[in-house]
Amino acid sequence: MDKIILFPLVGSFAENKDKARDIRINEIIPILEKGQNLILDFENIDSITQSFAHALISDLIRNYGIDVLDRISFANCNKTVSKILEIVVDYMQ
Amino acid sequence: MKVHLPNSAFLGNINAFLKLIDTSNPDVLEITSNNKWISVHPVVLCIVASLGLEVRSRKKEASIQCEKFTATSKHYFERMGLFSFLQLDSEMEITKHESAGRFIPLTQIIDSPSLLRFIEDMIPLLHLEEKNVEPIKYIISELVRNVLEHSESKNGAIVSAQYYIKSNTIRIGIVDSGVGISKTIRKSHIAPTDLDAIRLALTPGITGTTSREGGTDYNAGAGLFFTKSIAKINRDFFVLYSGNTLYKLLREKNKDKVILYSDPLDDKHTKDAGLPHWLGTVVGIDIDLTETEEFVTLLDGIRKIYTTSVRERKKAKYKKPTFIWTK
Repeated sequence: MDKIILFPLVGSFAENKDKARDIRINEIIPILEKGQNLILDFENIDSITQSFAHALISDLIRNYGIDVLDRISFANCNKTVSKILEIVVDYMQ
Repeated sequence: MKVHLPNSAFLGNINAFLKLIDTSNPDVLEITSNNKWISVHPVVLCIVASLGLEVRSRKKEASIQCEKFTATSKHYFERMGLFSFLQLDSEMEITKHESAGRFIPLTQIIDSPSLLRFIEDMIPLLHLEEKNVEPIKYIISELVRNVLEHSESKNGAIVSAQYYIKSNTIRIGIVDSGVGISKTIRKSHIAPTDLDAIRLALTPGITGTTSREGGTDYNAGAGLFFTKSIAKINRDFFVLYSGNTLYKLLREKNKDKVILYSDPLDDKHTKDAGLPHWLGTVVGIDIDLTETEEFVTLLDGIRKIYTTSVRERKKAKYKKPTFIWTK
Protein backbone atom coordinates (compact mmCIF):
# COMPACT_ATOMS: atom_id res chain seq x y z
CA MET A 1 0.00 0.00 0.00
CA ASP A 2 1.39 3.42 -0.93
CA LYS A 3 1.89 6.00 1.76
CA ILE A 4 1.97 9.79 1.40
CA ILE A 5 3.68 11.51 4.31
CA LEU A 6 2.14 14.96 4.46
CA PHE A 7 4.27 16.80 7.02
CA PRO A 8 7.28 17.45 4.73
CA LEU A 9 4.87 18.73 2.08
CA VAL A 10 2.62 20.97 4.15
CA GLY A 11 4.21 21.63 7.55
CA SER A 12 2.65 21.37 11.00
CA PHE A 13 -0.25 23.72 10.20
CA ALA A 14 -1.73 22.41 6.97
CA GLU A 15 -3.64 25.36 5.58
CA ASN A 16 -2.32 25.82 2.04
CA LYS A 17 -5.06 24.51 -0.21
CA ASP A 18 -2.95 24.97 -3.34
CA LYS A 19 -0.61 22.36 -1.90
CA ALA A 20 -3.57 20.17 -0.95
CA ARG A 21 -4.87 20.28 -4.50
CA ASP A 22 -1.39 19.51 -5.90
CA ILE A 23 -1.08 16.50 -3.59
CA ARG A 24 -4.49 15.26 -4.66
CA ILE A 25 -3.83 15.66 -8.37
CA ASN A 26 -0.19 14.64 -8.53
CA GLU A 27 0.07 12.02 -5.79
CA ILE A 28 -3.27 10.65 -4.64
CA ILE A 29 -5.12 10.31 -7.94
CA PRO A 30 -2.27 8.47 -9.75
CA ILE A 31 -2.22 5.89 -6.93
CA LEU A 32 -5.99 5.42 -7.07
CA GLU A 33 -5.92 5.23 -10.86
CA LYS A 34 -3.45 2.36 -10.60
CA GLY A 35 -6.06 0.57 -8.53
CA GLN A 36 -3.97 0.70 -5.38
CA ASN A 37 -4.94 1.72 -1.88
CA LEU A 38 -3.10 4.41 0.06
CA ILE A 39 -2.32 5.82 3.46
CA LEU A 40 -2.37 9.57 4.06
CA ASP A 41 -0.02 10.05 6.99
CA PHE A 42 -0.69 13.13 9.14
CA GLU A 43 2.10 12.49 11.66
CA ASN A 44 3.51 15.75 13.12
CA ILE A 45 0.66 17.78 11.71
CA ASP A 46 -0.87 19.74 14.58
CA SER A 47 -3.80 21.24 12.74
CA ILE A 48 -5.45 21.54 9.35
CA THR A 49 -8.08 23.89 8.01
CA GLN A 50 -11.35 22.76 6.52
CA SER A 51 -10.28 24.42 3.25
CA PHE A 52 -7.16 22.27 3.17
CA ALA A 53 -9.08 19.07 3.91
CA HIS A 54 -11.70 19.98 1.32
CA ALA A 55 -9.10 20.61 -1.39
CA LEU A 56 -7.39 17.34 -0.46
CA ILE A 57 -10.29 14.88 -0.45
CA SER A 58 -13.67 16.35 -1.48
CA ASP A 59 -13.15 15.81 -5.18
CA LEU A 60 -12.04 12.24 -4.60
CA ILE A 61 -15.38 11.52 -2.95
CA ARG A 62 -17.25 13.35 -5.67
CA ASN A 63 -15.48 11.59 -8.55
CA TYR A 64 -14.85 8.09 -7.16
CA GLY A 65 -17.88 7.90 -4.88
CA ILE A 66 -17.92 7.52 -1.12
CA ASP A 67 -16.45 4.02 -1.42
CA VAL A 68 -13.12 5.66 -2.15
CA LEU A 69 -12.82 5.93 1.63
CA ASP A 70 -12.42 2.14 1.73
CA ARG A 71 -9.20 2.68 -0.23
CA ILE A 72 -7.75 5.56 1.79
CA SER A 73 -6.56 5.33 5.39
CA PHE A 74 -5.86 8.45 7.42
CA ALA A 75 -2.94 7.69 9.70
CA ASN A 76 -1.69 9.42 12.86
CA CYS A 77 -4.37 12.10 12.97
CA ASN A 78 -4.75 14.03 16.20
CA LYS A 79 -8.23 15.03 17.41
CA THR A 80 -8.36 18.33 15.52
CA VAL A 81 -7.22 16.79 12.25
CA SER A 82 -9.63 13.87 12.49
CA LYS A 83 -12.57 16.15 13.39
CA ILE A 84 -11.97 18.36 10.37
CA LEU A 85 -11.59 15.39 8.03
CA GLU A 86 -14.86 14.01 9.43
CA ILE A 87 -16.64 17.30 8.71
CA VAL A 88 -15.56 17.19 5.06
CA VAL A 89 -16.47 13.52 4.67
CA ASP A 90 -19.85 14.18 6.31
CA TYR A 91 -20.94 17.03 4.10
CA MET A 92 -19.69 15.36 0.93
CA GLN A 93 -22.09 12.43 1.44
CA MET B 1 -12.09 60.38 1.35
CA LYS B 2 -12.35 61.22 5.01
CA VAL B 3 -12.08 59.17 8.14
CA HIS B 4 -12.28 60.21 11.77
CA LEU B 5 -10.72 58.22 14.61
CA PRO B 6 -13.13 58.68 17.50
CA ASN B 7 -12.74 58.44 21.22
CA SER B 8 -13.88 54.82 21.11
CA ALA B 9 -14.63 52.37 18.30
CA PHE B 10 -14.89 48.66 19.08
CA LEU B 11 -17.12 46.03 17.54
CA GLY B 12 -20.01 46.86 19.87
CA ASN B 13 -20.13 50.51 18.80
CA ILE B 14 -18.35 50.45 15.43
CA ASN B 15 -21.40 51.64 13.46
CA ALA B 16 -20.86 55.26 14.48
CA PHE B 17 -17.25 55.17 13.19
CA LEU B 18 -18.27 53.54 9.91
CA LYS B 19 -21.10 56.02 9.32
CA LEU B 20 -18.60 58.88 9.26
CA ILE B 21 -16.34 57.39 6.57
CA ASP B 22 -16.59 59.61 3.52
CA THR B 23 -15.59 57.74 0.37
CA SER B 24 -16.04 60.66 -2.05
CA ASN B 25 -12.91 62.02 -3.78
CA PRO B 26 -10.85 58.80 -3.78
CA ASP B 27 -7.64 60.70 -4.67
CA VAL B 28 -7.34 62.28 -1.23
CA LEU B 29 -7.55 60.84 2.27
CA GLU B 30 -8.09 63.15 5.22
CA ILE B 31 -7.59 61.64 8.66
CA THR B 32 -8.81 63.42 11.75
CA SER B 33 -8.96 62.17 15.31
CA ASN B 34 -10.35 62.82 18.75
CA ASN B 35 -8.01 65.26 20.41
CA LYS B 36 -8.16 63.80 23.92
CA TRP B 37 -8.16 60.00 23.81
CA ILE B 38 -8.50 57.43 21.02
CA SER B 39 -9.15 53.78 21.75
CA VAL B 40 -10.05 51.63 18.77
CA HIS B 41 -10.35 48.01 17.63
CA PRO B 42 -7.57 46.77 15.31
CA VAL B 43 -10.15 46.49 12.52
CA VAL B 44 -10.47 50.28 12.61
CA LEU B 45 -6.73 50.62 12.02
CA CYS B 46 -7.00 48.14 9.16
CA ILE B 47 -9.77 50.21 7.59
CA VAL B 48 -7.72 53.43 7.77
CA ALA B 49 -4.62 51.65 6.43
CA SER B 50 -6.64 50.11 3.61
CA LEU B 51 -8.04 53.51 2.62
CA GLY B 52 -4.49 54.90 2.65
CA LEU B 53 -3.20 52.10 0.41
CA GLU B 54 -6.12 52.61 -1.93
CA VAL B 55 -5.33 56.32 -2.29
CA ARG B 56 -1.61 55.62 -2.77
CA SER B 57 -2.28 52.99 -5.42
CA ARG B 58 -4.48 55.39 -7.40
CA LYS B 59 -2.01 58.23 -7.58
CA LYS B 60 1.77 58.37 -7.46
CA GLU B 61 1.80 61.60 -5.52
CA ALA B 62 -1.07 60.59 -3.28
CA SER B 63 -2.45 63.07 -0.89
CA ILE B 64 -2.94 61.73 2.61
CA GLN B 65 -3.62 64.55 5.01
CA CYS B 66 -3.36 63.47 8.60
CA GLU B 67 -4.19 65.98 11.27
CA LYS B 68 -1.52 65.97 13.97
CA PHE B 69 -2.59 63.57 16.71
CA THR B 70 -2.87 65.26 20.08
CA ALA B 71 -4.61 62.50 22.04
CA THR B 72 -2.71 61.05 24.97
CA SER B 73 -3.01 57.60 23.37
CA LYS B 74 -1.45 58.76 20.08
CA HIS B 75 1.67 56.59 20.55
CA TYR B 76 -0.46 53.50 20.17
CA PHE B 77 -0.99 54.32 16.51
CA GLU B 78 2.74 54.74 15.95
CA ARG B 79 3.45 51.37 17.54
CA MET B 80 0.71 49.66 15.56
CA GLY B 81 2.45 50.94 12.42
CA LEU B 82 -0.30 53.21 11.13
CA PHE B 83 1.93 56.12 10.17
CA SER B 84 4.61 54.02 8.51
CA PHE B 85 1.87 52.16 6.66
CA LEU B 86 0.56 55.47 5.34
CA GLN B 87 4.13 56.68 4.69
CA LEU B 88 3.60 59.62 7.02
CA ASP B 89 5.98 61.12 9.54
CA SER B 90 4.21 61.01 12.89
CA GLU B 91 6.85 63.28 14.45
CA MET B 92 6.64 61.02 17.50
CA GLU B 93 9.63 59.78 19.42
CA ILE B 94 8.68 56.56 21.16
CA THR B 95 10.51 54.01 23.20
CA LYS B 96 9.68 50.63 21.70
CA HIS B 97 8.59 48.18 24.38
CA GLU B 98 8.74 44.43 24.09
CA SER B 99 5.70 43.63 21.99
CA ALA B 100 5.32 40.01 23.04
CA GLY B 101 1.88 39.23 24.37
CA ARG B 102 0.41 42.48 23.22
CA PHE B 103 -0.19 43.20 19.55
CA ILE B 104 0.40 42.43 15.93
CA PRO B 105 1.02 45.66 14.05
CA LEU B 106 -0.65 46.42 10.75
CA THR B 107 0.55 43.90 8.17
CA GLN B 108 -0.15 43.62 4.47
CA ILE B 109 -0.49 40.05 3.21
CA ILE B 110 -0.36 39.71 -0.55
CA ASP B 111 0.24 36.02 -1.21
CA SER B 112 0.28 32.53 0.22
CA PRO B 113 3.93 32.52 1.43
CA SER B 114 3.46 35.85 3.23
CA LEU B 115 0.32 34.44 4.90
CA LEU B 116 2.23 31.44 6.22
CA ARG B 117 5.08 33.67 7.43
CA PHE B 118 2.56 35.93 9.15
CA ILE B 119 0.90 33.00 10.95
CA GLU B 120 4.27 31.65 12.09
CA ASP B 121 5.44 35.07 13.33
CA MET B 122 2.13 35.96 14.92
CA ILE B 123 1.92 33.12 17.43
CA PRO B 124 5.07 33.95 19.45
CA LEU B 125 4.01 37.61 19.49
CA LEU B 126 0.73 36.75 21.15
CA HIS B 127 2.19 34.34 23.75
CA LEU B 128 -0.95 32.25 23.93
CA GLU B 129 -1.82 28.89 25.38
CA GLU B 130 -2.11 26.09 22.80
CA LYS B 131 -5.90 25.89 23.17
CA ASN B 132 -6.17 29.55 22.21
CA VAL B 133 -3.69 29.41 19.35
CA GLU B 134 -5.65 26.98 17.19
CA PRO B 135 -8.80 29.02 16.56
CA ILE B 136 -6.78 32.19 15.96
CA LYS B 137 -4.51 30.54 13.40
CA TYR B 138 -7.55 28.99 11.84
CA ILE B 139 -9.49 32.24 11.53
CA ILE B 140 -6.55 34.20 10.11
CA SER B 141 -5.74 31.50 7.57
CA GLU B 142 -9.28 31.03 6.32
CA LEU B 143 -10.15 34.71 6.14
CA VAL B 144 -6.93 35.86 4.52
CA ARG B 145 -7.18 33.02 1.97
CA ASN B 146 -10.69 34.27 1.18
CA VAL B 147 -9.20 37.67 0.43
CA LEU B 148 -6.36 36.28 -1.68
CA GLU B 149 -8.68 34.04 -3.70
CA HIS B 150 -11.89 35.96 -4.07
CA SER B 151 -11.44 39.65 -3.39
CA GLU B 152 -9.37 40.60 -6.47
CA SER B 153 -7.77 43.18 -4.18
CA LYS B 154 -4.51 44.49 -5.59
CA ASN B 155 -3.43 45.37 -2.06
CA GLY B 156 -4.13 41.93 -0.58
CA ALA B 157 -5.34 41.75 3.01
CA ILE B 158 -4.55 44.18 5.80
CA VAL B 159 -4.39 42.41 9.15
CA SER B 160 -3.86 43.56 12.71
CA ALA B 161 -4.53 42.16 16.18
CA GLN B 162 -4.27 43.24 19.78
CA TYR B 163 -4.40 41.46 23.10
CA TYR B 164 -6.30 43.34 25.82
CA ILE B 165 -5.16 42.34 29.26
CA LYS B 166 -8.13 43.75 31.17
CA SER B 167 -10.72 41.78 29.21
CA ASN B 168 -8.33 38.89 28.37
CA THR B 169 -9.45 39.24 24.78
CA ILE B 170 -7.74 39.06 21.38
CA ARG B 171 -9.24 41.45 18.84
CA ILE B 172 -8.52 40.82 15.18
CA GLY B 173 -9.18 42.87 12.05
CA ILE B 174 -8.89 41.67 8.44
CA VAL B 175 -9.73 44.15 5.70
CA ASP B 176 -9.48 44.30 1.93
CA SER B 177 -10.39 46.82 -0.72
CA GLY B 178 -11.35 44.33 -3.41
CA VAL B 179 -14.65 43.67 -5.16
CA GLY B 180 -16.71 42.90 -2.05
CA ILE B 181 -19.00 40.05 -1.09
CA SER B 182 -21.91 40.93 -3.38
CA LYS B 183 -19.88 40.76 -6.59
CA THR B 184 -18.28 37.47 -5.54
CA ILE B 185 -21.52 35.80 -4.45
CA ARG B 186 -23.50 37.03 -7.48
CA LYS B 187 -21.24 35.05 -9.80
CA SER B 188 -23.25 31.97 -8.81
CA HIS B 189 -26.23 33.06 -6.71
CA ILE B 190 -29.06 35.56 -6.74
CA ALA B 191 -28.44 38.26 -4.14
CA PRO B 192 -30.28 41.50 -4.85
CA THR B 193 -28.89 43.34 -1.82
CA ASP B 194 -25.60 43.41 0.07
CA LEU B 195 -27.40 41.85 3.03
CA ASP B 196 -28.61 38.97 0.84
CA ALA B 197 -25.02 38.42 -0.30
CA ILE B 198 -23.63 38.58 3.24
CA ARG B 199 -26.31 36.14 4.39
CA LEU B 200 -25.35 33.67 1.66
CA ALA B 201 -21.62 34.13 2.32
CA LEU B 202 -22.18 33.21 5.98
CA THR B 203 -24.28 30.15 5.13
CA PRO B 204 -22.36 26.85 5.24
CA GLY B 205 -21.63 25.27 1.88
CA ILE B 206 -22.34 28.36 -0.23
CA THR B 207 -19.52 29.81 -2.29
CA GLY B 208 -19.42 32.37 -5.06
CA THR B 209 -17.46 29.97 -7.25
CA THR B 210 -20.38 27.62 -7.93
CA SER B 211 -24.09 27.18 -7.33
CA ARG B 212 -23.48 23.49 -6.63
CA GLU B 213 -24.02 22.26 -3.06
CA GLY B 214 -20.74 21.37 -1.38
CA GLY B 215 -18.75 23.77 -3.54
CA THR B 216 -16.06 22.95 -6.06
CA ASP B 217 -12.97 20.79 -5.60
CA TYR B 218 -11.22 23.91 -4.31
CA ASN B 219 -13.90 25.92 -2.49
CA ALA B 220 -16.44 24.67 0.01
CA GLY B 221 -17.93 27.96 1.16
CA ALA B 222 -17.11 27.33 4.79
CA GLY B 223 -14.51 29.89 5.90
CA LEU B 224 -16.86 32.64 7.02
CA PHE B 225 -19.32 30.20 8.58
CA PHE B 226 -16.54 28.58 10.62
CA THR B 227 -15.29 31.98 11.76
CA LYS B 228 -18.73 33.19 12.76
CA SER B 229 -19.34 29.89 14.56
CA ILE B 230 -16.07 30.15 16.49
CA ALA B 231 -17.16 33.61 17.64
CA LYS B 232 -20.65 32.42 18.50
CA ILE B 233 -19.58 29.38 20.52
CA ASN B 234 -17.14 31.56 22.42
CA ARG B 235 -19.86 34.23 22.92
CA ASP B 236 -17.87 36.89 21.11
CA PHE B 237 -18.54 39.69 18.65
CA PHE B 238 -18.08 39.12 14.93
CA VAL B 239 -18.70 41.76 12.27
CA LEU B 240 -18.80 41.55 8.51
CA TYR B 241 -19.07 44.75 6.48
CA SER B 242 -19.23 44.89 2.70
CA GLY B 243 -21.03 47.18 0.28
CA ASN B 244 -23.35 49.33 2.34
CA THR B 245 -24.17 46.67 4.92
CA LEU B 246 -22.78 45.68 8.28
CA TYR B 247 -23.75 42.34 9.83
CA LYS B 248 -22.91 42.09 13.51
CA LEU B 249 -23.11 38.89 15.55
CA LEU B 250 -23.95 39.95 19.09
CA ARG B 251 -22.51 38.38 22.19
CA GLU B 252 -24.59 35.67 23.82
CA LYS B 253 -25.20 35.91 27.52
CA ASN B 254 -23.21 33.40 29.52
CA LYS B 255 -26.26 31.68 30.92
CA ASP B 256 -27.73 31.02 27.47
CA LYS B 257 -27.01 27.70 25.78
CA VAL B 258 -25.29 28.45 22.50
CA ILE B 259 -27.05 27.08 19.43
CA LEU B 260 -25.43 27.32 16.00
CA TYR B 261 -27.61 28.17 13.03
CA SER B 262 -26.89 27.83 9.35
CA ASP B 263 -28.83 31.02 8.58
CA PRO B 264 -26.93 33.97 10.10
CA LEU B 265 -30.19 35.89 10.41
CA ASP B 266 -31.31 33.31 13.00
CA ASP B 267 -28.37 34.28 15.21
CA LYS B 268 -28.66 37.12 17.68
CA HIS B 269 -27.45 39.94 15.46
CA THR B 270 -27.90 43.47 14.20
CA LYS B 271 -27.69 44.68 10.63
CA ASP B 272 -27.20 48.13 9.21
CA ALA B 273 -27.75 48.59 5.49
CA GLY B 274 -27.33 52.35 5.44
CA LEU B 275 -23.56 52.67 5.74
CA PRO B 276 -21.07 54.26 3.34
CA HIS B 277 -20.23 51.87 0.51
CA TRP B 278 -17.14 49.77 1.29
CA LEU B 279 -15.80 48.32 -1.94
CA GLY B 280 -14.10 45.34 -0.33
CA THR B 281 -14.77 43.39 2.82
CA VAL B 282 -14.15 44.15 6.48
CA VAL B 283 -14.07 41.41 9.13
CA GLY B 284 -13.63 42.04 12.84
CA ILE B 285 -13.69 39.44 15.57
CA ASP B 286 -13.12 39.31 19.31
CA ILE B 287 -11.94 36.17 21.06
CA ASP B 288 -12.37 36.15 24.81
CA LEU B 289 -9.63 33.83 26.03
CA THR B 290 -11.37 33.21 29.36
CA GLU B 291 -14.37 31.72 27.59
CA THR B 292 -12.54 29.93 24.78
CA GLU B 293 -13.86 26.43 24.19
CA GLU B 294 -11.45 23.66 23.29
CA PHE B 295 -11.10 23.74 19.53
CA VAL B 296 -12.19 20.11 19.13
CA THR B 297 -15.38 20.74 21.14
CA LEU B 298 -16.05 23.67 18.93
CA LEU B 299 -15.55 21.56 15.80
CA ASP B 300 -18.12 19.05 17.06
CA GLY B 301 -20.76 21.77 17.17
CA ILE B 302 -19.80 23.10 13.76
CA ARG B 303 -19.81 19.62 12.20
CA LYS B 304 -23.34 18.94 13.29
CA ILE B 305 -24.92 22.09 11.92
CA TYR B 306 -22.76 22.21 8.80
CA THR B 307 -23.60 18.70 7.72
CA THR B 308 -27.30 19.04 8.51
CA SER B 309 -27.52 22.30 6.65
CA VAL B 310 -25.81 21.08 3.46
CA ARG B 311 -27.84 17.85 3.46
CA GLU B 312 -31.13 19.68 3.93
CA ARG B 313 -30.39 21.97 1.03
CA LYS B 314 -29.37 19.04 -1.16
CA LYS B 315 -32.62 17.30 -0.20
CA ALA B 316 -34.65 20.41 -0.99
CA LYS B 317 -33.12 20.52 -4.47
CA TYR B 318 -33.62 16.79 -5.05
CA LYS B 319 -35.98 16.30 -7.96
CA LYS B 320 -38.24 13.37 -8.67
CA PRO B 321 -39.79 12.58 -12.05
CA THR B 322 -43.38 13.72 -12.44
CA PHE B 323 -45.77 11.00 -13.72
CA ILE B 324 -49.09 12.04 -15.18
CA TRP B 325 -51.97 10.26 -16.93
CA THR B 326 -53.36 11.99 -19.97
CA LYS B 327 -56.06 9.44 -20.73
